[in-house]
Amino acid sequence: MALSVLQKLEILADAAKYDASCASSGGAKRNARGGGIGSVTGAGICHAYTPDGRCVSLLKILLTNFCIYDCSYCVSRRSSDVARARFTVDEVVGLTLDLYRQNCIEGLFLSSGIARSADETMEDLTRVARTLRDAHGFRGYIHLKTIPGADEALIAQAGRYADRLSMNVELPTEPSLTRLAPEKSACEIRVGMASTRMRIDEAKDDRVAYARGRGRAKPPRFAPAGQSTQMIVGADNTSDADILTASSSLYASYRLKRVYYSAFSPTGHAAAALPSRPVPLLREHRLYQSDWLLRFYGFGVDELRGSMPDGMLDLAIDPKLAWALQNRDRFPVDLNRASKEELLRVPGLGTKAVQRIVASRRSGRLRLDDVARLTASIKRARPFLTALDWHPGASLDHAFLRDRLAPQPVQLPLL
Amino acid sequence: MYLVSLPADLSADDAPFRDAARRALSLNLAPEKVSFSANGEASLLGPLPDAKAAPLTVPPGFVELMELAILHRAAERYDLLYQMLWRLKHGEAGLLARASDPCVARLQGYAKAVRRDIHKTHAFVRFSEVQDNMGTLHLAFFEPKHFTLRRSAPFFRDRFAGLRWRIETPVGTVNWDRETLSFGAAVSAPSEPTRANGASGELWQTYYRTTFNPARLRIDAMTAEMPKHYWRNLPEAAQIQKMIREAGSRERTMLDSAPSPAPRFAERIAERRAFAEETQAPLASLEAIKQSAGACTRCPLHAGATQAVFGEGPKDAALMLVGEQPGDQEDLAGRPFVGPAGQLLDQALKDAGIARSEAYVTNAVKHFKYEPRGKRRIHKKPNAGEVSACRWWLDAEIAEVRPQLIVALGATAGLSLFGRQVSVMKERGQIFESAQGRVLLTVHPSYLLRLPPEERAREYGRFVADLAIAARVLSGPVEVAA
Repeated sequence: MALSVLQKLEILADAAKYDASCASSGGAKRNARGGGIGSVTGAGICHAYTPDGRCVSLLKILLTNFCIYDCSYCVSRRSSDVARARFTVDEVVGLTLDLYRQNCIEGLFLSSGIARSADETMEDLTRVARTLRDAHGFRGYIHLKTIPGADEALIAQAGRYADRLSMNVELPTEPSLTRLAPEKSACEIRVGMASTRMRIDEAKDDRVAYARGRGRAKPPRFAPAGQSTQMIVGADNTSDADILTASSSLYASYRLKRVYYSAFSPTGHAAAALPSRPVPLLREHRLYQSDWLLRFYGFGVDELRGSMPDGMLDLAIDPKLAWALQNRDRFPVDLNRASKEELLRVPGLGTKAVQRIVASRRSGRLRLDDVARLTASIKRARPFLTALDWHPGASLDHAFLRDRLAPQPVQLPLL
Repeated sequence: MYLVSLPADLSADDAPFRDAARRALSLNLAPEKVSFSANGEASLLGPLPDAKAAPLTVPPGFVELMELAILHRAAERYDLLYQMLWRLKHGEAGLLARASDPCVARLQGYAKAVRRDIHKTHAFVRFSEVQDNMGTLHLAFFEPKHFTLRRSAPFFRDRFAGLRWRIETPVGTVNWDRETLSFGAAVSAPSEPTRANGASGELWQTYYRTTFNPARLRIDAMTAEMPKHYWRNLPEAAQIQKMIREAGSRERTMLDSAPSPAPRFAERIAERRAFAEETQAPLASLEAIKQSAGACTRCPLHAGATQAVFGEGPKDAALMLVGEQPGDQEDLAGRPFVGPAGQLLDQALKDAGIARSEAYVTNAVKHFKYEPRGKRRIHKKPNAGEVSACRWWLDAEIAEVRPQLIVALGATAGLSLFGRQVSVMKERGQIFESAQGRVLLTVHPSYLLRLPPEERAREYGRFVADLAIAARVLSGPVEVAA
């Protein structure tokens, strides 16, 4: 019996929910005042949150969950006994526009199983985006998955219609990929990301040249919100240190906007090659924190490795605090004199707090109370800094400093 | 002590506050001498005496802060704004940058809360479709926390310019008729139609329920971003309790489910794929070597690189050029010498009378060695172990192409071809007989790129001269160094 659109939605949204990325940030600013429907403001919007704490920003679905591959971590692998479905192009377009008009979503995140071939799947994904844009004047956000091994020309098409492209590296190392997804090629995935980066660079160069008066026609945009990727954490035994090393090389190589970490969790359609227990979500959280330290706080991956003696992040305390406790000789930092770079390394001080400290101290030296108004985490910061009226004294050297700063276990909130 | 009584909602026009503040300032009233109150409560204090409001200049950031903070519901916002104006005027011109000041911190906190409320309005308004005499109207009921409706409205106008829509709230109504925004009276409760269709329909409810992963319950993370205040008007929120209640048992079922037997089509697909792989046509020899090199893991460099960059050119080329390793651009494109050094090489070859298309161009090391730094990759010289691990592939290329002359570009190529450290500056421009055949040593073009411009021209000339030797060798006999 043919499935209804709602039944397909249940199957194909369920299959897509394991992809962590749902961001709608970046993108070329535009609106519907000149026709069509939809807008992109540059800042993403989360239209709802589900009880897993995740943001619902885009309609995140697969075009189909039929797949010829057999990647053991994936709920849609060919040997999985899930229900299968396939949307038509018009069904996806209709769903997107309906939910968009109700103001439930920022746009569409479309991925797909490989029903027959990489090229055919890439073509189908692009057809949905093209129909939304050209036939319906849709100006909202579109994130398309690019399929490893798909023809370059097809990816070039996809980037014309999508705000963001992404290709998942799936696992942090090549041997893990070979073990869990023997039919996928790590090289093919990296080549795919490389080709997207080259096209993004090229489109940017062309637009810069155009802005300087070279060339007559305005060059088309290519994935203006950049590209991202995702890796599954805990399906293999790669250490956090090696995961972060892999990420920093991905950021440098393909100028990714984001590397998403997705803690391996059971799907109800278990594969024998995988661990049977889920990975603590806290591990995923610590990886994101470390990822931030690498990108916005001036930390090098080797520095972080240094504070992970067994290669794993401390689950009890955040990675900056862990690093600071290992490097106490670099503290306390004088709030009124230290450089921005030094302040960024103080636990409890975020990038915004640091900016405000630097701006505030121009008109007078700061006391501890002043800083307390600039950050929510003054207790964590206090042992690592000096202010006009504050010195941590010997507490910085206390052996029990870690225990004192580690958050107390709390009972989960009931609702 | 005077009292200034103002309306609570100044979102349509904040002139009453601006006027009063200017008057108080021209009367030189210190903040302790004047009190601002919202809602015109009865008071024993007298109103502000008449005075000409002198024009007042403020730093640009202040207006923005004021316009946002004034929309907050906090009773003290007017007083704090006046305090700040007073201090800006009396010697604290840089006050705005001092976020650590209690007054500034509070006002910035209010502005932040207002911005967040606007953002949440953009996020959480849910439209239902209702029919009226003009057709379809997209109708929503929403309860913002502050007086933010007017600030939130342009977003919906820009996004849904082609639709008719109306948002009703307890602080007013905004209406868009496809041409103009208009504002109307407050509405205290949702009318029936907004409850019936649209976002409360099956589509959204189904999607919201399905995209939730019960194995990742994190209620605190949800409520931090979607505070319960907003739940009343979010149709999907009605499902939350049930989703949470059932999460535990759903997770247990998932964890306990044993690996299930594969569906029948899985095996058929697997067989078809295996067959397709077996029946691939055999590759010509150089192609076959290239394909094996693509899977090379003889040294650790493959892990961080995009791909092995194999040589390219005619497979019977008389001339082979060997560089060091691919760089950033070569690694991405999968072709040797396509980056800046490659462009310089092309020019130099041309000036030496050699067509690049007739040469076989490759590298001593096939994978890019680098150190990640932010969004860049910093080139790192391959070490002797990596060079010797990659010798295998270079040897295979030489054996296949059998060039009459090899040009080693730089020390790494020299190390690979001679099996010893070479001194490029001393040994350049000479032809050596090696196990690989005749080899001419010269600099790597990227060496030229690192030179200051005045030296580069001279060194470029020497580089072209070295390449010209290669051109002569290929066209006639030339003396070979010991």
